[in-house]
Amino acid sequence: MCLSIPSQVVAVDIERQSVTVDTLGVRRDVSSHLMNEPLEIGDYVLIHIGFVMNKIDKEDAQQSIDLYQEIVTKLENEAIH
Amino acid sequence: MLELKHLYQGFRDPQTIANLARDIQLTAKLVKQQINIMEVCGGHTHTIMKYGLLDLLPDNIEFIHGPGCPVCIMPKERIDQAAALASQENVILVTLGDMIRVPGSKGSLASYRAKGCDIRPIYDPLDTLKIARDNPDKTVVFFAIGFETSTPMTAILLQLAEHERLENLLFHINHVLVPPAIDAVMHDPKARVNAFIGPAHVSVISGAKIYRSTVENYGTPVVVAGFEPVDVMDSILRIVRQKAAGKAELDIQYSRAVSEDGNLTAQAKVNQFFNVRPQFRWRGLGPIPNSALQLKPEYAHRDAELRFKDRLPVKEIDDHKACQCGDILRGLAKPKDCKVFGRGCNPETPLGSCMVSSEGACNAYYRYQGIDIKEPHHG
Repeated sequence: MCLSIPSQVVAVDIERQSVTVDTLGVRRDVSSHLMNEPLEIGDYVLIHIGFVMNKIDKEDAQQSIDLYQEIVTKLENEAIH
Repeated sequence: MLELKHLYQGFRDPQTIANLARDIQLTAKLVKQQINIMEVCGGHTHTIMKYGLLDLLPDNIEFIHGPGCPVCIMPKERIDQAAALASQENVILVTLGDMIRVPGSKGSLASYRAKGCDIRPIYDPLDTLKIARDNPDKTVVFFAIGFETSTPMTAILLQLAEHERLENLLFHINHVLVPPAIDAVMHDPKARVNAFIGPAHVSVISGAKIYRSTVENYGTPVVVAGFEPVDVMDSILRIVRQKAAGKAELDIQYSRAVSEDGNLTAQAKVNQFFNVRPQFRWRGLGPIPNSALQLKPEYAHRDAELRFKDRLPVKEIDDHKACQCGDILRGLAKPKDCKVFGRGCNPETPLGSCMVSSEGACNAYYRYQGIDIKEPHHG
């Protein structure tokens, strides 16, 4: 039940308080009733039982990924030398 | 540019997992004590089992699986109540799919459906609105379950039911709270937990702030972790570093999704419709004060427990004698310690909730480790 999957917003219906999300190819409509900020096409969101729970902070995610990759690269360089 | 798939792949990189494992091994050498980490959430148990993370950890780190599975902690009498509701004439019981196969004292909701009760498993609570609209002559009862992650969704369902004046839609509320469950675990004199991996998606809604009291009351590090294997390994490393430095702090590893304050809109919705129930009995943990929610008095007209009060069984039902879900949920036993694990209790014929639920510890062990019973890795 906890396991929520990151998805991307592909359409927004403000009146119905609903957005269409794409989860790696599968599209469905989910509720945006729990969001206090408007969602935009391209946003990454977490979905739980048919509702958007929040927006994923793209910068933070990229920073985390970059940091892990930096360590991988650094260790690979150390191994070579 | 950050692509959607990076949110998965970026946190599953095998080299990063190996690097983190190595750092954990090195740092753990500096810690003289046994580090007993409770991962509260069933989702984290599954990540640990699925990716074989236990095998990457040094001997002085042990995982104790916590009660963060709302299906697993549901005592039989609540399922019996759901079955009793479904057995009433002209009642349709609607429930999230996870609950259908959990055994009550006389069978699961699936077996009641097979006998002719109108029980409808759904994924999205808002599907209940259509069922209520399409069946105006019937009473539709939504069997609401889940921790803080799911409660706001029930609140929205209530809001929309009120707005549409759907008089035939009632609720049986079983929403539970994480911090009181942590308290119950820690108050057990046999408790060995000295660090926590905090539930991720509960925290998305409630904010990491709900774990401040855990850190303060018990002096344990709490790291809020994402669900991917890199997230979990990084969180273990952060715990070990805190232990090596003699610290006990709240740390958010899952910063791409979790903040200190959480989703304030969702919290406000929950506060609009619910207040805290004085007591709720948890499977395995027993009665815990202030650990569950109930509808506020102004929504009594939607409360199925009130409407059907004289027809709902209240007798507390204990587990099958051989079932060790209780000890497993309290972190005192592992699935493989249970005599019926894999012998009579399996996902097809579960004796207890921990095996039924896709988030249960027994289900995780069964799926990812098989039933080759050998000595538990960490005693």
